[in-house]
Amino acid sequence: MSGESTRARTWRWLREHAVNIVAGLVVLYLLIPIAVIFVFSFNNPAGRYNYTWVGFTLEHWAHAFGREDLTEALLTSLKLALLATVISTSVGTMMALALVRHKFFGRRAANFLIVIPMATPEVVMGAALLSFFLILGSPSLGFETLLIAHVMFCISFVVVVVRSRLIGFDRSLEEAAKDLGATAFTTFRLITLPLILPGIFGGAMLAFALSIDDFVISNFNSGTTVTFPLYIFGAAQRGIPVEVNVIAMILFFATVSAMGFVTWQQRRAEKMASVRPDQEEIVVVPA
Amino acid sequence: MAAAQDQDSNVVLHGVTKRFDEFVAVDDLSLELARGEFFTLLGPSGCGKTTTLRMIAGFERPSEGEIRIEGEDVATLPPHKRPTNTVFQSYALFPHLSVEANVAFGLKRKKVAKDEIAERVATELRRVGLAADANRRPSQLSGGMQQRVALARALVNLPKVLLLDEPLGALDLKLRKGLQVELKRIQREVGITFVYVTHDQEEALTMSDRIAVMNRGRVEQVDVPEEIYARPTTTFVAGFIGVSNLMPATVSGPGKVKLDSGLEVAASTGALAAGEGCAAVVRPEKLRIGLSGETEAAGDGLPRVEGVVESSVYLGTATQIVVNLGGDVRMTVLVPNADEAERQRLPGGGAKVVLSWEPDHMHVVTESVGGDSADPEPALSTNQEG
Repeated sequence: MSGESTRARTWRWLREHAVNIVAGLVVLYLLIPIAVIFVFSFNNPAGRYNYTWVGFTLEHWAHAFGREDLTEALLTSLKLALLATVISTSVGTMMALALVRHKFFGRRAANFLIVIPMATPEVVMGAALLSFFLILGSPSLGFETLLIAHVMFCISFVVVVVRSRLIGFDRSLEEAAKDLGATAFTTFRLITLPLILPGIFGGAMLAFALSIDDFVISNFNSGTTVTFPLYIFGAAQRGIPVEVNVIAMILFFATVSAMGFVTWQQRRAEKMASVRPDQEEIVVVPA
Repeated sequence: MAAAQDQDSNVVLHGVTKRFDEFVAVDDLSLELARGEFFTLLGPSGCGKTTTLRMIAGFERPSEGEIRIEGEDVATLPPHKRPTNTVFQSYALFPHLSVEANVAFGLKRKKVAKDEIAERVATELRRVGLAADANRRPSQLSGGMQQRVALARALVNLPKVLLLDEPLGALDLKLRKGLQVELKRIQREVGITFVYVTHDQEEALTMSDRIAVMNRGRVEQVDVPEEIYARPTTTFVAGFIGVSNLMPATVSGPGKVKLDSGLEVAASTGALAAGEGCAAVVRPEKLRIGLSGETEAAGDGLPRVEGVVESSVYLGTATQIVVNLGGDVRMTVLVPNADEAERQRLPGGGAKVVLSWEPDHMHVVTESVGGDSADPEPALSTNQEG
């Protein structure tokens, strides 16, 4: 019993928990940068540079939207992300429906081509879009071109997410609705849509997250319009104001809670549609 | 005559054919179902029974032929305009709606008044014993309960025909037995025509008023369960219902067949002409077995064939003996285990035996088109056959 030395025991413990330890280190690695941003959002820097810890203050949280140019960039980004999300989610959902539900010439090709924007390097896509807009001549670079670009790279993600939801869809549910007297449209409204909604919602969340933090493609196509990421990039050369940390954290927490909500929704939906239990006792029903 | 039949018939299928590209799922099918009848389509997977059901429901459009419900040609009507409702194999309950909302779904589409919906849904849930579960979600129910919800959801609409696609297939044996009885009771109570699809011959025999045995897209025989079992008309039906006990034979003259063993027996040969190949069926429980010497001495004058016992299996209530008549012909004999001493005397493996039967218990069946295999090619897809 007591033959095992302390050292041997330590080693055994490490061996047994090696995977957990590595996992813990990886999580730390992922979270430390975010933690630094969070901590420095309470900093009270002496000069322009928010790189060294000076003292704790809630000043910047209290006046998060005090800088007009920063707030304006944030509003532009929010507006852009919202519009891009709405457009790409509706178009992407319809596209996913077409790809899964309908047989048409070129469906296999379309199914493959849809992932190409996801695989293309952003720099290439940004440059391509820029030359495309320049060749066309209109619209001139600005909010419109940003919107077109953002919708473009968001659609693929929406299609992929909604498509996976549709592939697992039990078509007999739709047949059952029609059998019970529902028209095709009513069936879609009352059965199909509610059941794929978690997928659509997940796709929309992803689109929003991609749009709000896009820098590379936006940098090519923004003209004089400044979005939140573009503002930060510009500010980095002069010293990033602490308000950026604050707003970044607000965005971060909003995104994390939205993601949590989507995950919870999807879990619930899966549980709802889960396989029925296979064992049970006979219930005698009075005649 | 046709008009008079139409009056009593609830569903008429006439010359219905369904092709999926090259594959003929249903081949020139004609059926007439009486009002209030429990009618079963029985056959192995891939025989076209589910496709037939789906054509009545409107999920598939027949390539040829007509389908009439209460005299109205429905072949071109979409499912939501047909006076039919379906209980799906997978139940297809709407997972995001409560039990009550599931059952109310059909009535809401018909714009029935709210009070009436509530009342009819409650009545239907009481009928299937789920009154207390109205507010639960389908995933919170057991398989048997889900099946009842599916039944209530269909029946509450008072369809002219209720279509059931292997509704008990996913349940375990004990529960299935209980629900068979209950389903039959409900059918009598509501008086609606049931079209029931199953591959389970016992289930079909237990519940049906009439059975259509299907094979390779065709109907082999339509009759009441007793006749299907006792007097099959084709080798396929004889094989699919119960144990296949077929002795190859040839029609030797009007009302006479000659078994391949050489024995000539009187039997109803129907429309078969002399010289035609056929098979003679005797059900396992109708066969008598004795050791070669003993029975001959009995001199009872019954038709008899000789064979060798291949195996003898104790089944509890009975003993099952397989006898090889030679030439790959095997007959199964079922002897009730009424008396232990008698059971001990039954011939064992390798014994030479004589099988005999009452002439009434032998039936001549025709060879089924395309063989009598009860295990044909698998279904093309789950959409066509489940």
